[in-house]
Amino acid sequence: MPKVRIVFDRVRLEEKMLEEKAVELGHDTKMIDAKITNVSTESKRSDFDFGDVVLERCVSYFRGLHFTACLEFLGVPVFNKFEVANNCGNKMITSLLLKKHNVPTPKTYFSFSSESAVEVLDKEGYPLVIKPIIGSWGRGVVLLKDRDTADAIIEVRELNDGPLDRIYYLQEAVKRPPRDIRAIAVGDQVIAAMYRTSSGGFKTNIALGGEPVPCEITKELEDICMKASEAVGGGILGIDIMEDEKRGLVVHEVNNTVEFKGLAKVAKRNIPREMIEYAVRSAVK
Amino acid sequence: MNCPECDANLKIPDDASVGEIVSCPDCGADFEIASKNGTVCELKHAEKVGEDWGE
Repeated sequence: MPKVRIVFDRVRLEEKMLEEKAVELGHDTKMIDAKITNVSTESKRSDFDFGDVVLERCVSYFRGLHFTACLEFLGVPVFNKFEVANNCGNKMITSLLLKKHNVPTPKTYFSFSSESAVEVLDKEGYPLVIKPIIGSWGRGVVLLKDRDTADAIIEVRELNDGPLDRIYYLQEAVKRPPRDIRAIAVGDQVIAAMYRTSSGGFKTNIALGGEPVPCEITKELEDICMKASEAVGGGILGIDIMEDEKRGLVVHEVNNTVEFKGLAKVAKRNIPREMIEYAVRSAVK
Repeated sequence: MNCPECDANLKIPDDASVGEIVSCPDCGADFEIASKNGTVCELKHAEKVGEDWGE
């Protein structure tokens, strides 16, 4: 049986579920803490016990991304691949790839200074949604309803002056029901989907208390998810979709290290099982 | 074992694994289980939620 390794930096319920399922499927399974693993240019795959396939599950995006680069350097099959993690971890890259591959996606503006961002807002009008290009769980996502709100957010960004604060990602506020869809794509299939309803504000993240409700995997949903998956390079992905009043389904985000404890409560298929089986199947091809 | 921060009694579930976070019910400090040997755990301060944390 292929050996499965799960790389983590913090063990969440998802990592425990993956470990449990891999053991149950009969795989020699080990958890590897990225924080205490050293790799060098002189390292060889045989120096480590990375098994036959690694699921990279770090909660820190940059840690996971760079660890993945090391794994690929060593020739260890890893999910997701570096390129996919890179494409999904940065919302701007994701949006560009979705559009380039003709996946319906909200209209999004990219500015590279506060002055240019204000110019876009004044020209396009309010509201627009500002999102950090790196980050998750809805943090830093703000509906800019008017110039005063925009000025406040931009001022905070200028004070922080982090390198990523200089990249402004402004997205149309899609007219939609107060919910979105989270689908999990594993390889060439959508294995589960749910509606995430807002817990009050305009955000629908489960991390913020959004309630999971089962969502039927229609042909339309399956098609748009597969196109989005192909656009970013495929693998194990969490795809976020909104139901635009006029355009129908639009993909706004693709997540690389998908969290699924909310969806696992309502999914018909066993999510960790599908992930483990796909990783093993793909690695031993 | 006792909380390294405030010395309160810290109950660590038997099935807790390395990498999991335990919180002190008294002072609220978060610790990561760094190693586990039977019922003996080594704790270290948990990392703060980073800007790049998430999915």
